[in-house]
Amino acid sequence: MNMPDLAKLIFGRLTIEAIPYHEPILIGTFIAVAIGGIALLTLITRAKLWGYLWSEWFTSIDHKKIGIMYMVLGIVMLLRGFSDAIMMRAQQAIAFNGNPGFLPPHHYDQIFTAHGVIMIFFVAMPLVTGLMNYVVPLQIGARDVAFPFLNNFSFWMTVAGAMLVMASLFVGEFARTGWLAYPPLSGLAQSPDVGVDYYIWSLQVAGVGTTLSGINLLATIVKMRAPGMTMMKMPVFTWTSLLTNVLIVAAFPVLTAVLALLALDRYAGTNFFTNDFGGNAMMYVNLIWIWGHPEVYILVLPVFGVFSEVVATFSRKRLFGYASMVYATVVIAVLSYLVWLHHFFTMGSGASVNSFFGITTMIISIPTGAKIFNWLFTMYRGRIKFDVPMLWTVGFMVTFVIGGMTGVMLAVPPADFLLHNSLFLIAHFHNVIIGGVIFGLFAGINYWFPKAFGYRLDEFWGKCSFWFWLVGFWVAFTPLYVLGFMGVTRRMNHFEDPSLQIWFQIAAFGAFLVALGIGSFLIQLWVSYKRRDQLRDVTGDPWHGRTLEWSTSSPPPAYNFAFTPVIHDNDAWWDMKERNARRRLEGYLPIHMPKNTGAGVILAGISFVFGFAMIWHMFLVAGIAFVALVATAIGHTFNYKRDYYIPADVVARTEAARTEELAAHV
Amino acid sequence: MSDMHATPSAAIAEQDVEFWMKEDHHPANGTLLGFWIYLMSDCLIFACLFATYGVLGRSYAGGPSGADLFDLPLVAVNTTMLLLSSITYGFAVLEMQKDRKGTMMAWLIITGLFGAAFLGIELWEFSHLIHEGAGPQRSAFLSSFFTLVGTHGLHVTFGIIWLITLLFQVGRLGLTPANKRRIMCLSMFWHFLDVVWIGVFTFVYLMGSLP
Repeated sequence: MNMPDLAKLIFGRLTIEAIPYHEPILIGTFIAVAIGGIALLTLITRAKLWGYLWSEWFTSIDHKKIGIMYMVLGIVMLLRGFSDAIMMRAQQAIAFNGNPGFLPPHHYDQIFTAHGVIMIFFVAMPLVTGLMNYVVPLQIGARDVAFPFLNNFSFWMTVAGAMLVMASLFVGEFARTGWLAYPPLSGLAQSPDVGVDYYIWSLQVAGVGTTLSGINLLATIVKMRAPGMTMMKMPVFTWTSLLTNVLIVAAFPVLTAVLALLALDRYAGTNFFTNDFGGNAMMYVNLIWIWGHPEVYILVLPVFGVFSEVVATFSRKRLFGYASMVYATVVIAVLSYLVWLHHFFTMGSGASVNSFFGITTMIISIPTGAKIFNWLFTMYRGRIKFDVPMLWTVGFMVTFVIGGMTGVMLAVPPADFLLHNSLFLIAHFHNVIIGGVIFGLFAGINYWFPKAFGYRLDEFWGKCSFWFWLVGFWVAFTPLYVLGFMGVTRRMNHFEDPSLQIWFQIAAFGAFLVALGIGSFLIQLWVSYKRRDQLRDVTGDPWHGRTLEWSTSSPPPAYNFAFTPVIHDNDAWWDMKERNARRRLEGYLPIHMPKNTGAGVILAGISFVFGFAMIWHMFLVAGIAFVALVATAIGHTFNYKRDYYIPADVVARTEAARTEELAAHV
Repeated sequence: MSDMHATPSAAIAEQDVEFWMKEDHHPANGTLLGFWIYLMSDCLIFACLFATYGVLGRSYAGGPSGADLFDLPLVAVNTTMLLLSSITYGFAVLEMQKDRKGTMMAWLIITGLFGAAFLGIELWEFSHLIHEGAGPQRSAFLSSFFTLVGTHGLHVTFGIIWLITLLFQVGRLGLTPANKRRIMCLSMFWHFLDVVWIGVFTFVYLMGSLP
C-alpha cells in the first residue's frame, strides 16, 4: 500500500484544504476562539480545577448539576448563534446598490443554516431541558431523576452534537441548505461536500441525548412524585414538562429516521429523496415537519409552565384556572401532530387537504388563548410585584399574542401562498420563538437562579437586559413584517431594489439593541456574582414561592429533601406555609443516592469521534469508534455498584446548618 | 426577606396533618416503564420506515417488483425461526420466575440460536437479491425494502449481542433482581421485534407479492 492510499484510509476525504485559511472572517474567529480557549484552559489548569470539574460536575449524575451544565451549554451556544444573526443583519443592511457586502453567498448560506440549527437544537433545547432537569425533581419532591446515569449521558451527547457543529466552522464547512436541509438540495448531487454530513451527524448524536432525556423525565414524573401528589396536584411547570417529554419521545424518533434515510441516500446511494429512480423529495419534507411542528411545542410548552409559576408567585395568588391550564396543554400537545402540512401548503396537496390543516392550525390558537386569559385573570386583583421574571412574563404576553395572530394569518392557505418563504414568515416565527421561548427562558433563569446558586440576580442589569431585548426585538422584526408584505423572500445575501435598504438598516439597529440585551445579561451574571453577599438568599424562598422547590435551601443539598414531603394541595409549599408546617428536625435516615460515573463522558466522546469520522469518510476510524462505543456500553453494564448511602449523621449536620441559618435571618 | 410563615392569620396549625414522611420513601423502580417508553419511540422509527415503504413501495423505476423478487417459502421459514425464538424466550422467563438459572440460560441460548438462524437466512436473501442486480440502489422500492427489513435485522443483531452479554452476567452473578430486570427488558425487546416482523411479513412480503 502506498502513501496516498494509506492517507485516504486513515483520513478519508479530510485534507489540509479543509482548513479555511483563505477566509479572513473564519481565521479571525479561529484565532479569537483559540486564544480564548487556551486562556480558559490555562486558568483552569493553574487554579487546579480539573479534578474538581471532573469529579463534581462532568461525571455528576445529580440532576441539579446536569441542569446547570445544560444552561451553560445553551448560553455559550446562544453567543455563537447570535453572532451568526448579527452578521446576517449587517450583510443585508449594506448589500445594496452593487455592494456585495462582506459575506459571499457560499458563506452566507452556511451562516443562515448554522444560525437556525444552533438556535433550535443547541440553544433553545439545552436551555429548556436544563430548566426541566433542574426544577422538575424538586417540584415533585424527588431526590433525582428515574435514570441518573442516562441523564448525564444525554447531556454529554448534546455536547458532542454541539461540538460537531462548532468543528464545522474550522474544519470543512457547514450545510448551505437552510436549517431543515430539504432534498434534493441536500442530496449528494447538489451538496457533495461535508456540510450536510456535519448537519446529519451533529443532529443524530444530539438527538440520541434528547430522546433519552425525554424518556428519563417521563419516567421520573410518572413514577417518582411524592406521596399525595396526584396528577391534578402537580405544579403546572411539571405538567407542561410532562407533555413536552411526551412530545419529545413521540417526535424525535421521526427526526432520527428521516435523517437516517437522508444519510443512506448520501452514503449508500439509495433513492429515497432523489429526483430519479422513483425517489420522492416531498417524503422528506412531510417527515421532517412531522417532527418539526411538535418541536416548536416542545420548546414553548415548558416556558408556558414557567410563566404559570411566575405569574402565580408574583401576583400572590393561586393560578387562575389550573384545570383548564392542564387541559389546554394536553389539547395543544395532541393538536401539534395534526398541523405539520401548514409548513408547505404550496406543495399542492389540493384544497381539501390544505383546508384541513389550515383549520387544525387555527384551532390551536383556542387553547393557547385560554392560557393567556388564565394568566391575565391570575394577575387580576393580584398584588403584583414587577420583579425581573414578571417583567419578562408581561413582555411575553404582549409580544406572543401578536406573534400568534400573525401565525393565524399564515394558517389561511390562500394567504400563505403569498407569504410562504417571505420575510413575513421569518418575522412570525422569531416573534413566537423570541417572544415566547427566549423571554420565558429569561423569566425562568431569573426566577430559579437564586434556588440554584443561593443568591438573586442583579435587578438593574436584569431590567436593562429585558428592555433592550423587548425594544430590540420589535425594532429588528417589525421591518421584516413590512418587507414580507412587499414580497421580499428569505435567505437572500443581497438585493437589487435600493428602496428596501432602509428597512434592513432599521432591522440591523434592532439586532444591535438585542446585542446590548445579551451583553446586559452577561454583565448581570458577573455583577450578581460580585454582589452575591448582598443578594444572598438564606431562606430558600426569596419570592414567596408556592411550589416544593422553594421549601429546600438555596442551593438545595445533594439529596434535595431530608424527608420526602407529603402533598395535600397543588401549591404544596404555599399550603405548608399557610398551615404553619414545621421542618422536621430529627429522626434522620441514611439516604440512598446514585454514584457518579465517567461512562457518559466517555461514550459521548467516542460518539463525537464516530460522527467526525463518518463526516470525513474516515471509515476505518469510524468502524473502530463504533466497536469501541458498543464495547464501552457493554462494559458499563457490568458495573452493578451504582449507588451509595449518605449517612444519617451527614444529613443531620447539613440540616442543622440550615436550621442555624434560618434562625439567624428570620 | 421571606419568612417561614407567609400569613400569620392562618396560623391554625392542623397538628394531625403530616407534611413530611417519617419513614424511608422509595419510589417504585421505573426501569420497565422507561423501557416501554423507549420501545414505543423505537416503534415510531419503524412507523416512519413503514410509511416510507407505503409511499415508495411501488416505485420500481423500471426495475423488479416484489412479485418478481420475493421467495415466500423462504420468508415463511425465516418467520418461523423468529416466532419460535419468541416462544423459547417465553420459556426462559418462566424458568427465571422459578429461579432455575441453568435451564433459563439454556433456553436463552436456544433463543439466540433461532435469532442467529433468522439473521443468517435474511443475510442470504439480501446477498441473493444484490447478486441479481436488485440492490438498494436500484429503485426507491428496493431502497425502502432494504432499509425497513435491514433496520429490523440490525435490531435483532443488537438483541443477540445483548443476549450474549446477559448470559455472561447471569452466569457470573446469578438471578439477582438487577439481572431479572434486564432479562425482562430484553424479553420486551425481543417480543417487540417479533411484532414488528409480523408487520413486515404482512405488509412487505405478502402484500408486496401481489401483482
